[in-house]
Amino acid sequence: MSVRRLADEAVQPASFAFSEENLKWAERKIAEYPAGRQQSAVIPLLMRAQDQQGWVSRPAIEKVAEMLGMAYIRVLEVATFYTQFQLKPVGTNAHIQVCGTTPCMLRGAEALRKVCQHRIHPDPFHTNPEGTLSWEEVECLGACVNAPMVMIGQDTYEDLTVERFEEIVDAFAAGKGKSITPGPQVERQFSAAHGGATVLREVPSAKRTRVEFPPPPAPAVKAAAPAGIKPARKSPAKKPQGDA
Amino acid sequence: MLADRDRIFTNLYGQGDWGLEGARSRGAWQGTKSFIESGRDWITNEVKGSGVRGRGVAGFPTGLKWTFLPKVSDGRPHYLVINADESEPGTCKDREILRHDPHHLVEGALLAARAMDAHTAIIYVRGEFIRERQRLEAAVRQAYDARLIGKDNIHGWDFDIIVHHGAGAYICGEETALLESLEGKKGQPRLKPPFPAAMGVWGCPTTVNNVESIAVVPEILRRGGAWFAGIGRANNTGTKLYCVSGHVNTPATFEDAMGVTFEEIIEKHCGGIRGGWDNLLAVIPGGASVPCVPGEKIRHAIMDFDGLREAGSSLGTAAVIVMDKSTDIIKAIWRLSAFYKHESCGQCTPCREGTGWMMRVMERMVEGRAQKREIDMLFEVTKQVEGHTICALGDAAAWPIQGLIRNFRHVIEERIDAYTYNSTSEGAVPSIAAE
Repeated sequence: MSVRRLADEAVQPASFAFSEENLKWAERKIAEYPAGRQQSAVIPLLMRAQDQQGWVSRPAIEKVAEMLGMAYIRVLEVATFYTQFQLKPVGTNAHIQVCGTTPCMLRGAEALRKVCQHRIHPDPFHTNPEGTLSWEEVECLGACVNAPMVMIGQDTYEDLTVERFEEIVDAFAAGKGKSITPGPQVERQFSAAHGGATVLREVPSAKRTRVEFPPPPAPAVKAAAPAGIKPARKSPAKKPQGDA
Repeated sequence: MLADRDRIFTNLYGQGDWGLEGARSRGAWQGTKSFIESGRDWITNEVKGSGVRGRGVAGFPTGLKWTFLPKVSDGRPHYLVINADESEPGTCKDREILRHDPHHLVEGALLAARAMDAHTAIIYVRGEFIRERQRLEAAVRQAYDARLIGKDNIHGWDFDIIVHHGAGAYICGEETALLESLEGKKGQPRLKPPFPAAMGVWGCPTTVNNVESIAVVPEILRRGGAWFAGIGRANNTGTKLYCVSGHVNTPATFEDAMGVTFEEIIEKHCGGIRGGWDNLLAVIPGGASVPCVPGEKIRHAIMDFDGLREAGSSLGTAAVIVMDKSTDIIKAIWRLSAFYKHESCGQCTPCREGTGWMMRVMERMVEGRAQKREIDMLFEVTKQVEGHTICALGDAAAWPIQGLIRNFRHVIEERIDAYTYNSTSEGAVPSIAAE
C-alpha cells in the first residue's frame, strides 16, 4: 500500500468541467452499464478527467461524484486507491513512468531511473525546473519481453538503452515527443525474438480439419463424444432482466 | 516443436491485419453459428474434453468452472467477466492477444457466454494497456458493425460486450477484487463464499476467466476438443503462450505446446541463456508469485502444471524470468517484495503489515546488514503471512522469499559475512555489498 493524498489546496483549480466531447463520451460510457449501476463508470470517468487535465484534482473528483450520484468520499477512495491516477500536477510535456519491477530491473531499468534522476529531478513526482517533465518508478507495465521500457502518456517505449532513452527524454523536453515512434526501439517486430520470429513463418490459412473424440465404449455415454454438430439444444433465449 | 498450423494465435506479432477481414482470413468467425446452435452443453463438453486449464495463474479446468453457474436462471442475468488485468511481473501474453488477435477474444467471449447462458460479457483491461484497449474496442465495434454480436445478430444469441478498464492496481487481477473494481469501488478482494458463480458482479452469477482461456475457445470448437487434448501430456493439454524475459539472448513471447522442456523453449525460441547454460543462476518459471528454481534443477524440467510442481514451483502464467550469474538474486527478490508491498490492498493485516516488514528485512539482507538468525525469522514470518489473508496476494508475497531462502540461503549468509567482515566499531564500510 502506498499513502496517497490529494495535492495541496494551493495548486487545486477552482473548478473542473468536462469538455463537450468528453461529456458526450461520459454519457455514452455511463449508459453502457445496467440501469442503477452507473457507479461502475467511476474509473473510466476519472481517467478521462485525468486525460483532459493531466492529473486528478479535487474539483474533478467532486464533479465525477456528482455525475454518478456517488458520495464524494467513495470517489476520493477510488482516486487514492488506484495508483494510475496522478494526484499532483505532472510535467506538461511528459510524465515518464519507468518500469522498475524485476524483469525490467534485470535488463537495466535502474540505469533508466538514474537518467530520470539526473535529467529531471532527483525525486519522483517532481517536475524539472521548466515544469515540462516529471517521472516516477512504476510497477510492472506488462511488456516484460521488451524490457527495459518506459511509458509516456498513452504509449510505451520498449527495448531501451540509456543512450536511446536520453534521446527520447530530449525529444519530450523539447516538446517533440511525437517524433519518436513508440514500441520497440530496436529492429524488432513487437514481442518476436530480436533478429526474427522463431515461429509463425507459414502463411496462416483459414482451413480447419476437425479432430473428433474417439467414440466412447458402448454403452455410449451421451455427453462424452459429440460427433459433429448435434441437433440444436438451445435453451430459450430469454432476455435477462436488468441488462444494459 | 509445435507446427505452425497447430498454433492458435497466428497473428501474435502483428504480421497481418488485426481487423475483421484479416482475422477471417486466418479462420476466425468460421462456423460460429453452428457452435451456438449446438447449444450450451455441447460447447461446455467440448471445452471440458479439451482439458484446457485456466491460463491465469491457478490452472483450474475452464470447462468445469463454467458448469458452476446455475443451470436455470432465477431471473438474475448471468455475466461473463474476462480478466485482462494482466499485471503479474513477467507476464505479457494477453497484451499480444488484445492488440494483435482481438477477434479471437471477441468470438471466444460470444461462445463462452452461450455456454453459460450469459448475454453480456465485460472485458476488464488493465489501465496501463491503453493502446491495447483501443485496439480491442475497435475490434468490438467491427464485430457490432458486422452484426456478429449485438442485439439480433446473425448468430442468434443476443450478446453485448462492455470494455471496462482499471487504473493500475495489481490486486484487481484477483477475481473478486476485479468484481469490486468493476462495481466502481476500491479493488479489495471479497470473502468467499459466496463465490462469483453464485453472486458475482452486481450480485448476479458470474464467471471470471482469463483472456487466453477465452481466446482459445473458438479454435477448440473448430478443430475439436480432441485436437487440443492431443497436444501435451494428460491433464496438461494444449498450447500455451510463453513469455520469456530476463537474461536470455532473445527474449520473446511465443506459442508452443504444453509439456516441452525448459531447455527446448530456451534454445529454440530465445537464442539460449546469456553466457551459456553454465551461466544460469535461477529461473522464476511462472510470473513473480511463484518460487524461483535454481538453474541446475530447471534445465530439464517440463514446462506444464505438473512438471513444474515437481520442480518445486508452478507454471503460473508461463512467464519465465531467467537470471544469469551476474544477477544479485537477493536484490531481484527484494524488488519483488517491494512490488507486493506497493500492491497490497491493505485489507488484511498480515499482508498489509507483513509485505512492508518483509521488504524492509529483505532490504537489509541485500546489503548484508542482518543477523543470520533473522533468515529463519524471515522464513517464519512468510509462513505467518501465507494462508492468513483473504486472497492469494499474501501467499504470492511469501513464496518468492521462501524460494530464495530454500535455494540460496548460502548467498544470504555470505553477504552477511562480507558485511560483518567489512564493518568497524563505527559501523559498516559500505564497499562491496550493496550495488
